[in-house]
Amino acid sequence: MEENQVKKLVLIGGSAGSLEVLMHVLPELSTGLAFPIVIVLHRKHSDDLTLEELIAMKTLVPVKEVEDKTVMTNGAIYIVPSDYHLLFEKDGTLALDASEKVNYSRPSIDVVFESAADAFGPSVIAILLSGSNADGAFGCSRIKENGGTIIIQDPKSAGMSYMPSSAIQMVEPDMVVDMDEIASVINRI
Amino acid sequence: MTDERELDLLINEVYEYYGYDFSGYSQASFGRRISRLMEVDGFKSFADFLSKVRSEPEYFKRMVEEITVNVTEMFRDPAFYRVLRTTILPELATKPFIRIWHAGCSTGEEVYSMAIMLEEANLMHKALLYATDINPQVLETAKKGIFPLRMMKEYSENYVHSGGKNDFSGYYTANYGFAKFNERFTEKMVFAQHNLVSDRSFNEFDLILCRNVLIYFDKQLQDHALSLFDESLANLGYLALGTKESIKFSSIQKKYQQHDRDKIWKKIK
Repeated sequence: MEENQVKKLVLIGGSAGSLEVLMHVLPELSTGLAFPIVIVLHRKHSDDLTLEELIAMKTLVPVKEVEDKTVMTNGAIYIVPSDYHLLFEKDGTLALDASEKVNYSRPSIDVVFESAADAFGPSVIAILLSGSNADGAFGCSRIKENGGTIIIQDPKSAGMSYMPSSAIQMVEPDMVVDMDEIASVINRI
Repeated sequence: MTDERELDLLINEVYEYYGYDFSGYSQASFGRRISRLMEVDGFKSFADFLSKVRSEPEYFKRMVEEITVNVTEMFRDPAFYRVLRTTILPELATKPFIRIWHAGCSTGEEVYSMAIMLEEANLMHKALLYATDINPQVLETAKKGIFPLRMMKEYSENYVHSGGKNDFSGYYTANYGFAKFNERFTEKMVFAQHNLVSDRSFNEFDLILCRNVLIYFDKQLQDHALSLFDESLANLGYLALGTKESIKFSSIQKKYQQHDRDKIWKKIK
């Protein structure tokens, strides 16, 4: 039980252009990571299974289905389901929420990031990827306020630079990284 | 962000002053709703907010309306409605009378969707739809059966994906940007305020739908609500939950059998 307790949490958020990045990053991730990874991507309602399958095919890290009140375990990947927001309880339980869209999005990256900041404070490491809207920027600043770490994909290397640029305008990132560096950064956490 | 101690204080005061018990709500979700409400209404401090909730019953009503989530759609998750249409309703058709409970019906879109399917299955004459919610405001909307016209395109697509074969626009009349659903549907509905936390079972049903309501509760309150549904279901009746909800690990699990991989369970004991 003890070793499975979540002490650190890695979040990856993105929108348009971020799936390519993930396809590049996932195969290089080490198994047995000491934290869960929660991935939140904007996408159309109903692509759930395909996205989960696509991600599971690309990595040896187990991809777990998120249902309401799923308890996170270290070394696993969780994908936020479409048409729900995802929130974190302090004990590492995931709570789903079907309320209003935020930044025209459900799931919204801001909602996931802000909730993680509130529940896990300095233990949150968030990575924001390519995208064409400003979702995620507020979330990054909340994580930063609460002592967490912000890593942003270099807008120059992003398919869509608007999302990473918006975040960089709002908060000073701890790291700005190229697509090629992301996996090794995660593996070293 | 409202901290845990503040939330506890609010929950205690609300219970003491108004008798509503929010202690079993998911902390992450309840906290987020309260923070948003405080921000929208421009509160500078939690103390100001608390004192307003305490001293103004009208504001407390607003709080209840704002923290309960009222996002709903007609034929939301069409695949779910397709299963009801093709498998569950034909089975219920053999009964002399069909009672359905929509628990946490919000503004009623799901209830009207069900009414349309019942009519198409020729079951309307022997069906009764009970629709309840904690929030009296949304029930007023539900009773009227009037929804924004701009939503109808999406609802009509959902309807078709759920297996609907008629012209969806035949079910409502459009006027001034609103769609009013035919009163023959409303006549088969009973609306009532009901709190899943504190109110009891009030009838026996053949089908209970409670979709995307339990996600706002903690495990313990979820279990309480599921037991309430269990008490309210006839033998061989069905319980339907939201796409990411489950009765797994609950105390009623062993009495139920899941329908394929759908979020529909049959009471078998």
